[in-house]
Amino acid sequence: MLIPEVRQKWANPINTITIGATPEEGGTRTRTVTVGGSTTLPFLHFEGKIPHRPALAMEVQDITPKDWPEILGEHFSDVWDDPGRWAKKCVDQLGADLVCLRLAGCDPDGENKSPDEAAVAVKSVLEAVGVPLIVWGCGDNDKDNEVLPQCSEISAGERSLFGSITEDNYKTLVALCKADGHKLIAESPVDINIAKQVNVLATDLGLDPKDIVIYPTSGALGYGMEYVYSIMERGRIAGLDGDTMWAMPILCDIGKEVWKVKEAVSDEIAEWGDQSQRGPLWEATTAYVYLLAGADILIMRHPKAVSEVKKYLEKLIESK
Amino acid sequence: MALTGLGIYKHLPKTNCGDCNFPTCMAFAMQLAAKKVSLDQCPHVSDEGKAALAEASAPPMKLVKIGKNSHELLIGQETVLFRHQEKFHHPTGIAVKVKDDLAEEELTNRIEAINNLHFVRVGEEIGVDLIAVEHSSTSPQGYARVVKKVKEMSDLPLVLLSPDPKIAEAGLEVSAERRPLIYAATGKNWQQMASLAKKHSSPLALKGESLEELADLTQQIKKLGVDDLVLSVDGPRVADTLQDLTRIRRLTLSKTFRPLGYPTIAFVTGKDPFQQVGQAATYICKYGSIVVMEGTEPWKILPLLTIRQNIYTDPQVPNAVEAKLYEIGEVTSHSPVLVTTNFSLTYFTVEGEVENSKIPTYISVVETEGLGVLNAYAGDKWSAEKIGKTLEEQKIKERINHNSVIIPGLVAVFRAELEEDFGWKVLVGPEEAARIPSFLKNEWKVTS
Ligand code: SF4
Repeated sequence: MLIPEVRQKWANPINTITIGATPEEGGTRTRTVTVGGSTTLPFLHFEGKIPHRPALAMEVQDITPKDWPEILGEHFSDVWDDPGRWAKKCVDQLGADLVCLRLAGCDPDGENKSPDEAAVAVKSVLEAVGVPLIVWGCGDNDKDNEVLPQCSEISAGERSLFGSITEDNYKTLVALCKADGHKLIAESPVDINIAKQVNVLATDLGLDPKDIVIYPTSGALGYGMEYVYSIMERGRIAGLDGDTMWAMPILCDIGKEVWKVKEAVSDEIAEWGDQSQRGPLWEATTAYVYLLAGADILIMRHPKAVSEVKKYLEKLIESK
Repeated sequence: MALTGLGIYKHLPKTNCGDCNFPTCMAFAMQLAAKKVSLDQCPHVSDEGKAALAEASAPPMKLVKIGKNSHELLIGQETVLFRHQEKFHHPTGIAVKVKDDLAEEELTNRIEAINNLHFVRVGEEIGVDLIAVEHSSTSPQGYARVVKKVKEMSDLPLVLLSPDPKIAEAGLEVSAERRPLIYAATGKNWQQMASLAKKHSSPLALKGESLEELADLTQQIKKLGVDDLVLSVDGPRVADTLQDLTRIRRLTLSKTFRPLGYPTIAFVTGKDPFQQVGQAATYICKYGSIVVMEGTEPWKILPLLTIRQNIYTDPQVPNAVEAKLYEIGEVTSHSPVLVTTNFSLTYFTVEGEVENSKIPTYISVVETEGLGVLNAYAGDKWSAEKIGKTLEEQKIKERINHNSVIIPGLVAVFRAELEEDFGWKVLVGPEEAARIPSFLKNEWKVTS
């Protein structure tokens, strides 16, 4: 029996973005990472092109994290007092496509590290690894506006991905990234319109929409994930339908969310089974679901979760 | 499925007699398509016309029932491609396999393990839905014995997994009253399988090499009077299965392509547990009506049940719990009082952590229109004043002999006003619910 055609022709591809610059391109990276460019929904090879596999970033911090559970500590406690060595382990041994340096140490309510110290951390990661960087502030607007300029300047030309701009705080970072040739993470609180609005504000200041990655906020499996999932699906469909302010690749910050929920962290509930498997599986599963909703870059923590998500992606990305 | 005016017109007498109070059959058909009139307003429509129109107005994807009575599983009759368009109606059934060649004790343990795959999350019971009894090497009698044992030990609906009609028949003879899903009719055995399905009024799964072959099979089997069908989709790789499931859903909903208008079943493959969960996650999100898992380890099943719970929640309904005073554990007048919002995810997370702490606690839930702590604050859905008034309405002071209340760390700003205007001693709790147990154990005791 003849089956009717159900291929959909979408108006626009998702933007392609390259993170990292080689020496020829003005940076020092030995590798770059390109994501985006899809002309269809996730993994629908029968319908369109999916030129780039989503990328996996592993998270590194500028301080020894205090709230990471032992199950992560056993993999990183030998290196986590030194962001450079930590990053190197993620890349050389654990196969990270990118390193995400989170400047948690700059938090004014925590160690309140100085912009100089943050810049040193950025430098040490750049020197330790050849992959591109994501540099993410501590989340305190005023502090980030002090810290990130130095981090941006000392890595000018590296084409790193900086985060994050929000509806209320975007001017400093947009100006910086334009000047120093970086890319930007645009953050919004699980809201399809605000996600768009941040992009409108940033592009009004002259930022190229192709330099933006959307971060719609992430939630762990079981903790509001479905809200984010549907925002991502709606946004991705809008982007493919021609909405240029939703045509950006999407980033999910997964490790940070997963490694605080009890299904991943607790070893006290016997009915839930072996935590040493359940923890990384909770992170991997959260990643699987976001990939199905359109994620292009994932930031993760557990080595097993990273390697399994990579395997999963290899199976999904190959077309017939 | 909404029929077009033209589609309806084809089945009308085309005499333009006007008895329906419309000048022409076409005008009447247009009104019918717009659902403004009903078909019985035309006294002349033939029985065949009626039947064709009833058929055409049936839902594009069939609803199939597996199992009986309180333990039946309903799958299919989905209406959208994306949950944000409306919602998904019938959650993916999660099946776990039992092989028929297990030794007696192993079999018992396995069924018990499956029966234990039930959990409570966010106030809702979630669990495995089906047991798939897979035939490997036993005789029909041996298979029937295992099916019988599974049936006796578990109330879950069954799937009988074997391409051999003799085996299927043996299984059906001992379990037909439970309406198991027969898996599966193929290009080779479909006549025998269909007659078994008909005889035992059981649903039947179909397996084909391609969507084309599946569509042919459903049509042939339907002619034999069997229409409770489930389509088996098992491409060689997860990417193929995902795409076939997507094509079936689109064909069903966008093209009303009835030969494939049925729910689906997909299997995880391989030995690697993380990849099995990855496959199952894919099929839960993208259009699998039943997923057959391997293994009974709770750490593998819990994430799948959680995805299903997430993806199948109704996105239009704010997830809210009743705003009232909740008592967790054996509360006394010395128990702590925690304040939170009525967003169910927030509430159940807080409740879970309070339970973990094993410290009896009052949770005062404030009406925030289903928004979480920060969103409710940003959207002016709660304030120090609202919390103060809620605590008064809930008459907490009559229950406790202290004057302390714990507010979420993310709204520490409420503290001063709650203290000054309402006379509470306010403790600022943690920002993350996960830290509630240590907060209650360490800081609450110190301050009380
Ligand atoms: S009553 Fe029936 S046959 Fe007569 S005009 Fe109306 S639709 Fe046509």
